[in-house]
Amino acid sequence: MTTEVGSTSEVKKESEQLGADATKENPKEVAENQQNQSSDLEEEKDSKSSPSAKSQSSPHRQKRQKDPSESRGISRFIPPWLKKQKSYNLVVAKDGGDKKEPTQAVVEERVLEKEEPLPEEERPAKGDVEETAQRKQQVIKVDVKEETPSVSGPETQPAEEVRKEREDEKEIQEDKSEEAAKRETKEVQTNELKAEKAAQKATKKAKTVQCKVTLLDGTEYSCDLEKSAKGQVLFDKVCEHLNLLEKDYFGLSFQESPEQKNWLDPAKQIKRQLRNLPWLFTFNVKFYPPDPSQLTEDITRYFLCLQLRQDIASGRLPCSFVTHALLGSYTLQAELGDYDPEEHASHDLSDFQFAPSQTKELEEKVVELHKTHRGLSPAQADSQFLENAKRLSMYGVDLHHAKDSEGVDIKLGVCANGLLIYKDRLRINRFAWPKILKISYKRSNFYIKVRPAELEQFESTIGFKLPNHRAAKRLWKVCVEHHTFYRLVSPEQPPKAKFLTLGSKFRYSGRTQAQTRQASTLIDRPAPHFERTSSKRVSRILDGALIGDADQSLRKDFPGPAGEVSAYGRGAVSTATAQDGDGRRDVRSPTKAPHVQLIEGKKNSLRVEGDNIYVRHSNLMLEDLDKAQEDILKHQASISELKRNFMESTPEPRPNEWEKRRITPLSLQTQGRKGDHLFKDILSMKEKHQTAATRTVEEKAQEADKSSHETLNVVEEKKQAEVGKDERVITEEMNGKEISPGSGPGESRKVEPLTQKDSTSLSSESSSSSESEEEDGGEYRPHHRVTEGTIQEEQEEYEEEVEEEASRAAKVVEREQPVPEASPGKQAGASVSTVETVAQENVVAPKVSAEKSVHEGALKQDVSEDTEDEQHKVNGEVSHVDIDVMPQIICCSEPPVVKTEMVTISDASQRTEISTKEVPIVQTETKTITYESPQVDGGAAGDSGTLLTAQTITSDSMSTTTTTHITKTIKGGISETRIEKRIVITGDADIDHDQALAQAIREAREQHPDMSVTRVVVHKETELEEGED
Amino acid sequence: MGTSGEGLGRCTHALIRGVPESLASGEGAGAGLPALDLAKAQREHGVLGGKLRQRLGLQLLELPPEESLPLGTLLGDTAVIQGDTALITRPWSPARRPEVDGVRKALQDLGLRIVEMGDENATLDGTDVLFTGREFFVGLSKWTNHRGAEIVADTFRDFAVSTVPVSSPSHLRSFCGMGGPHTVVAGSGDAAQKAVRAMAVLTDHPYASLTLPDDAAADCLFLRPGLPGVPPFLLHRGGGDLPNSQEALQKLSDVTLVPVSCSELEKAGAGLSSLCLVLSTRPHS
Repeated sequence: MTTEVGSTSEVKKESEQLGADATKENPKEVAENQQNQSSDLEEEKDSKSSPSAKSQSSPHRQKRQKDPSESRGISRFIPPWLKKQKSYNLVVAKDGGDKKEPTQAVVEERVLEKEEPLPEEERPAKGDVEETAQRKQQVIKVDVKEETPSVSGPETQPAEEVRKEREDEKEIQEDKSEEAAKRETKEVQTNELKAEKAAQKATKKAKTVQCKVTLLDGTEYSCDLEKSAKGQVLFDKVCEHLNLLEKDYFGLSFQESPEQKNWLDPAKQIKRQLRNLPWLFTFNVKFYPPDPSQLTEDITRYFLCLQLRQDIASGRLPCSFVTHALLGSYTLQAELGDYDPEEHASHDLSDFQFAPSQTKELEEKVVELHKTHRGLSPAQADSQFLENAKRLSMYGVDLHHAKDSEGVDIKLGVCANGLLIYKDRLRINRFAWPKILKISYKRSNFYIKVRPAELEQFESTIGFKLPNHRAAKRLWKVCVEHHTFYRLVSPEQPPKAKFLTLGSKFRYSGRTQAQTRQASTLIDRPAPHFERTSSKRVSRILDGALIGDADQSLRKDFPGPAGEVSAYGRGAVSTATAQDGDGRRDVRSPTKAPHVQLIEGKKNSLRVEGDNIYVRHSNLMLEDLDKAQEDILKHQASISELKRNFMESTPEPRPNEWEKRRITPLSLQTQGRKGDHLFKDILSMKEKHQTAATRTVEEKAQEADKSSHETLNVVEEKKQAEVGKDERVITEEMNGKEISPGSGPGESRKVEPLTQKDSTSLSSESSSSSESEEEDGGEYRPHHRVTEGTIQEEQEEYEEEVEEEASRAAKVVEREQPVPEASPGKQAGASVSTVETVAQENVVAPKVSAEKSVHEGALKQDVSEDTEDEQHKVNGEVSHVDIDVMPQIICCSEPPVVKTEMVTISDASQRTEISTKEVPIVQTETKTITYESPQVDGGAAGDSGTLLTAQTITSDSMSTTTTTHITKTIKGGISETRIEKRIVITGDADIDHDQALAQAIREAREQHPDMSVTRVVVHKETELEEGED
Repeated sequence: MGTSGEGLGRCTHALIRGVPESLASGEGAGAGLPALDLAKAQREHGVLGGKLRQRLGLQLLELPPEESLPLGTLLGDTAVIQGDTALITRPWSPARRPEVDGVRKALQDLGLRIVEMGDENATLDGTDVLFTGREFFVGLSKWTNHRGAEIVADTFRDFAVSTVPVSSPSHLRSFCGMGGPHTVVAGSGDAAQKAVRAMAVLTDHPYASLTLPDDAAADCLFLRPGLPGVPPFLLHRGGGDLPNSQEALQKLSDVTLVPVSCSELEKAGAGLSSLCLVLSTRPHS
């Protein structure tokens, strides 16, 4: 998209989104759009008249605008059970203001999506038309917001932002003029916030969204992403742009509010995490290397330096005067080279920010020390900088405000070694990771269970009160990630992860420090040239004259015309940046429109075949129920044995090729589930989920789960609530499955209450699930909302999937292999299989990291997604097992308690059993299972038949994974062909899942008229993180 | 930067303050201190100064005693020095607060950056502060409160500053000290052991710990007056004062033990850490 400046007045009137959009579009158009809003809506309807699912949705949209809560208009299209979700939404809406936010977001997104088709269609024909269309969409969005009463959420952006946007627009114009000449220079931004806000302009187009990422040197990187893209995609793009290989220490964050910074989960879709926030990110160091000298590349150290300079200038990293001076002097050495009296006079040190408040005295001291560094190369200066910075007591400490049990204000600092408790600036307590048995949060409370002290007998749980639920969750996540990164050799669950999506985000899916170090040793490339630019200053080229080259390399990704790329000239930058801190580089790729078209095409072609349709949405963040823990305690006696078993069994679920690929992010979700003692709950959920899904895949998933369980060190207490949600969903699914596809859905919905009960009963055996629901009651509503949102997303994914399937036959083959292997291994000896998996994963991870290409990242994601599907199924199986094997279940729950220390908890044995038990619950499915894994099947109602052929076809897209598993079996002389199709749709709340599901079922019938649909399992994972509370 | 343990004990100067006659009389002490032998106390003090100057080779500055400040000799309570920064404390006892003036002046003259407490609610005795070379521990004792500790943290921002509850009626430094860059020395008393455990929890660094039979023996000074290559010294209470702890002190390797005696001054609450301030005028060299 071309960057254009909208008229200020209009921008003000319109919401941020509008403003953002406006920048891209012509001001004139904006005006027109506003006027035409109403008409546009109608037009859209017309345009949507096409039979596609979207067409139906358009009317709903209007309703939504009036009353977002009721917006669920899928009803016509979708079976009754799906409709039930509406009720959830309503309930949610009634909840506290916090909960409302998610709904709003969802509503908006939906609107957008529905609208999308229009613009897309037009775009191909006319550039201008496209813009107008987009404009219209935007306008619509805005209206929705206004109408929605609850919009008040934190995201609402004050006039200030608008102003900033304007500024940005202006800047952009300037940039255009200067762009060509000055691409090379990077701009320094003082104020990240401003930059981000400015970035809000990002247009939300149908399928692609413009992301703006503020880099550590203050420049801005922008790119277009598919709306359903996961965080990893963007992160990989940014890292490629930066030419950064050792990227595991870094992450992308987005600002939920001035005080709340969230890390973008690479394993999850961006839009889900952002909700309705603008697509503005900052690239930051996430894990501060305790010893920066162990980093392999200078460029990595350079970025770390930039981060630390920011930290220091902002006061996040407190320093003494002397240290400020010393670090500043190294900065000068790195940026300016040796001290040169003549040249130095020309430098205004006020361009540099050496400290939060910079005095003349400090500058003099800096210069004095600078003189002593003569001869140090920039890289050496950076190293010295880091050697000194790393010793600072607050280096790498992520502070979170909280209150202790007595209501005293404290800060919780998460760092490489553990959790630090500060009161004011004083460290008053410290909990090293080895001492922490469990980390959990519930509502706005954050808990750590601590190993008994020397003379104490009992573990103690220490609670802290966070400002709100989100803060608690954020802290929890940070803890989980830090613990995993610094303390574990490999991610808790070998990144197989997402199976049990229930717990989702909560696990760190990336590489651990150990892994990334290992991977770094494999880096084999000449030291990349990079331009050093101190943030806050005009860029200078210290390392050499290669700046131009560096810039080009950086911009490789962006094909945008030179005119579009804007950067302040160095000279200009210095002034502009220093004042506003807004300096940014806009890089835009013109490709958005095409993307959109493609996507639509996909949508149309959507079809779902097979008996089983998995729509997976669950983001359930599992939260632990206290009750569950109690249950666990009851079984303590058995725990010790279990632990031993776990330890011995070396947990590694079998790695499938998929899993291997995934190495990175997806595992998080799975871990979350596992980590929580919620196993019981999980299991129950799993049972529910279990549909006839292919066993092999499921088995794999189980294995993965097992592994994840092992890793789980940290548990969320909230799981319960979420679990409750999951259960509902699951139950519904199960009902639906049993029933013929068409009727099933409706029934399942109705059943919900019943299903919940069922789940409870199931879980009750496991002991915790029922309780969890009760407790969670208030909490899980938000989840439901989320779920709905997710559904819409799924639709998009569906579309994408179809295309992908066609194109990706090759991939299918690879995936097939893993499936068969996994099933036998899992059944027979979970532990063995797991071990293998782990090893593979580890190996893979480093390699992948080294390569780091964006493409790879995409592949990984895909793989992970697939796994997720499998995982879901697996979960279902597991749950079945749970019922039968109460004790085992208990054991599972226990591990979470021990979490931190007990790295090795192999659930394998448990799960295996579980699979066997599954049969009773879903008879139909049992058959399927039988084929590949005879052993398991024996457990499964003796359906074991002879497997003639098993075929698994998988197609992946960034957001969607479709797995078709075809098995032909002979049972008692009767040959049976089962087609299981799993569709995993990963997307933001935009997708109308209900429609997608309905369509999938319909298509499945159409495609296989001679076959009956025996099961439809819908597993929804909704990420509530943002929306919770 | 003094942030690494290697910087511990680096010093070029030592500051002491003479023993006023008022200390012996017990008048000004106020706290019901037992009368002590002034001559012996002054002798001990003189020996200490001599060892600092001759044995350790430090520049010794001796502030003249002031009769109005009977505890002025315990100048370790009046300042916390690290690197080029001296935090002038606000002693808990109002009677002692004037003691800081002379010390401040001397430290200022030595070129240190002077930081004042500047908070009427803060109390801090310098001997409640233990600097390990990597971090600070501030004992929350009868004399030092949280606010005082907070100011320590504000002053020495490079370092972690942790608070350690001190249960006994003594200063943190009266029962623990540093025997080396990585070694914490502590007495065997309950308060000492408790404090050590607390420190072990609070620290990120793996210190070794050496337990001595006598709490007072742990009040030692690890000093590195010379160049980096020269073995450092450990100024400690000698066998005349604390015979039981001498053997344990021998376990400290890589240090030259320099025994001194201050048994008489001890009656006034003095320890090695309170009798002298050491500093380096070239902290970064």
